[in-house]
Amino acid sequence: MEFFLQLLVNGISLGFLYALSALGFVMIFKSSSVLNFAHGELLAIGAFMFLVLSAWAKLPIILAFALTLIGSFALGFVIERLFLRPLIGEALIEVIMLTVGLAAMFKGLMLFIFGGDIHDYPKFLPEGLSMEWGTIQIPSVYVATFIIGILFLIIFGLFFKYSSQGIYMRSVADNQPAALSLGVHVKRVFAMSWAIAALVCAMSGVVLGIINGINVHQISSVGLKVFPVVILGGLDSIGGAIIGGVIIGLLETFTGGYISTSLREVIPYIVLVLILMVRPYGLFGLVEIERV
Amino acid sequence: MENNIRLLLNNISVVYSDVIQVLKGVSLTVKKGQIVSLLGSNGAGKTTTLKAISGLLKPENGKVTEGSIEYDGKPVQNSSPEEITRKGIIQVLEGRQEFKYLTVEENLRVGTATRWGKPFKKDLEMVYHYFPALLARKKNLAGYCSGGELQMLVMGRGLMAQPSLLLLDEPSLGLAPLLVKEIFQIIRRVNQDLGTTLMLVEQNANMALQIAHYGYVMENGKIVMESDAEALRENPDVKEFYLGTAATGTLKSYKDVKSYKRRKRWL
Repeated sequence: MEFFLQLLVNGISLGFLYALSALGFVMIFKSSSVLNFAHGELLAIGAFMFLVLSAWAKLPIILAFALTLIGSFALGFVIERLFLRPLIGEALIEVIMLTVGLAAMFKGLMLFIFGGDIHDYPKFLPEGLSMEWGTIQIPSVYVATFIIGILFLIIFGLFFKYSSQGIYMRSVADNQPAALSLGVHVKRVFAMSWAIAALVCAMSGVVLGIINGINVHQISSVGLKVFPVVILGGLDSIGGAIIGGVIIGLLETFTGGYISTSLREVIPYIVLVLILMVRPYGLFGLVEIERV
Repeated sequence: MENNIRLLLNNISVVYSDVIQVLKGVSLTVKKGQIVSLLGSNGAGKTTTLKAISGLLKPENGKVTEGSIEYDGKPVQNSSPEEITRKGIIQVLEGRQEFKYLTVEENLRVGTATRWGKPFKKDLEMVYHYFPALLARKKNLAGYCSGGELQMLVMGRGLMAQPSLLLLDEPSLGLAPLLVKEIFQIIRRVNQDLGTTLMLVEQNANMALQIAHYGYVMENGKIVMESDAEALRENPDVKEFYLGTAATGTLKSYKDVKSYKRRKRWL
């Protein structure tokens, strides 16, 4: 029983981390229908940015974290401006191929600058954050992930539901010609969604770095996990991304705990296929509203 | 006299994809505070004319190649839709392009995009005043609204932008006759109360000419006739081709119009 509970706690924490990172992916897909294959690399960039600021420049942790978020937000803008804007109006597949190219470029650059070794952050999370019930332990990293995750999900939820800018972003995702006819700045919306995505990615990248250490290959491979998560939850649903993330996280830890650690990486994909057979839109994807 | 003119199209030509010429020298004038209606059969170039004004040709690979479009005396041809909407020209697209997954009120709020950050409560009240049906549905997803509600929604959404020139593309499309009447009455009220200048593209010539001050008839990418709405209503050609009534006011028999077809059929 204790083993079960420990796995449950680990699974949910891991799932929250996946959900957080999937958020950035959903953001871009929702506004511009682009699948971002450079997602994992954005995670890694965020992790390294924090490394440079905290360990190398030795800034105070809070300041370093804030600067990482601001920096990645700006990076998102720059990526959109430099690479994606010239492709507006081109076929979607070309844009998606571009993100594949971006992934290779970022990965190469990071390997060039930081090498393939595993780096570490200085210890900074207060020990008091970790929780214990009997033999069950929740490390402070997971508690922090949980808090940050929930905070950001609430902020984004409110932003998209109530703020004008959030509503404009949703209108572009919904019907681009109509949004254009009302004067919505469609390009600005695309830039905004890349910026927010990069910011969220940086945040999850930092958390991943705290847990596993920072290594280009390791962190960017977690980016691949975003695919089962978002497909399970529905590519365009933020709530779905959270639940998809938690499901995948639980599946991984339980498979690892009860069946075998080598099956751990495969099981999520098998379940993914099974769910898609029953619900082709994913668990929470938008069902097409059809007028008859 | 000069500054009485809101919009001036001076001999414009529009070409799609660099080869397909749709408008061949269209000139028209819209005076401040007027309702001007643009009539014509399918494919005459009415919608293209509206899109040339609102800048929405660009995403469709169309371009104004000749002539000029002046809005309040300043040239606006081939500007981006973002610039043109911020000058106060809003086009309500044909076929009710609602945002399906946004609620009715959120749809209306997208109309404030041209003046982001400014208060919009008063405008919402104004739209609900003209379209009370929307108030009851404000929390519903637009995708589940009826055709009539959607037409009111997209018009209300346009009004949220506080336009000085509103371009309406076939507001009566696919609506029941009673509803069409209601919609046109609202258009007239908007014009009278708010002083909004309107340009109206319609197949329903009868309705359009009842509320319009001035009318143009298009065929094959050209303006073929223009006059006061009153005079257009009385014009024998317009009567025959667009109003469906003959000079005497009685319905013209099918036999007279297309006798050759009839004979062919009976051979």
